[in-house]
Amino acid sequence: MVVPVVRIQAHDFDVAAEIASLQQGRRDIGAIVTFSGICRDESGALEALEIEHYPGMAEAEIGRIAAQATERWPIEALVAIHRHGMIRPGENIVLVVAASRHRRAAFEAAEFLMDYLKSRAPFWKKEYRRDGTAGEWLDARDSDEEAAARWKK
Amino acid sequence: MTKLVYFAWVRERIGKAEEEVTLPSGVETVGDLLLWLKGRGEAYEYALQHPDVIRVAINHEHVDHRERIGGTSEIALFPPMTGG
Repeated sequence: MVVPVVRIQAHDFDVAAEIASLQQGRRDIGAIVTFSGICRDESGALEALEIEHYPGMAEAEIGRIAAQATERWPIEALVAIHRHGMIRPGENIVLVVAASRHRRAAFEAAEFLMDYLKSRAPFWKKEYRRDGTAGEWLDARDSDEEAAARWKK
Repeated sequence: MTKLVYFAWVRERIGKAEEEVTLPSGVETVGDLLLWLKGRGEAYEYALQHPDVIRVAINHEHVDHRERIGGTSEIALFPPMTGG
């Protein structure tokens, strides 16, 4: 029975440290997939993203999605970390680490977790621009809903 | 009393993060709640002008607008999520 690790935090995470911690004392893991979501600035106008979350539900919802992933794929370990607060371009936002014996389970579980997290985990991004103006809340994209829907069995 | 919590632009438009309300007896479902809140003044009208886009969670779980409220302790209203 794999218990996923879910953390919601303001501070940054260290991808290598998370992998090392997950692997410690294990000889049965043959594949580790990591996904890092990073704050990006396509137009050169973004100062930062402010990520708001619903404390309590954010942990609970990612926990539910992660639990589904461990039921659906033979996963040996699963970690999901999501940051909140002000995040600048180039900084980390989200991390998923999935470990399994063979690669396919880890690839698929990590992708499933990210697809569901995007449309179901209670986080919202607001843009702050370099010219000092408070920007807009980002709109949810239909493509994210569709990405989650394709995992429906 | 029922605790209502608001996030992102729903929170900004209503002008508060949370409040305690006593629901009138006719408010039985999430859809009823949105309609009732919308009639509470300009700020609510602005936040909830398109009730169908508002996502709702009861006690930290997503629900659809047909869900019955019952003896719920915390109801959250928020826009579609944009995490990850």
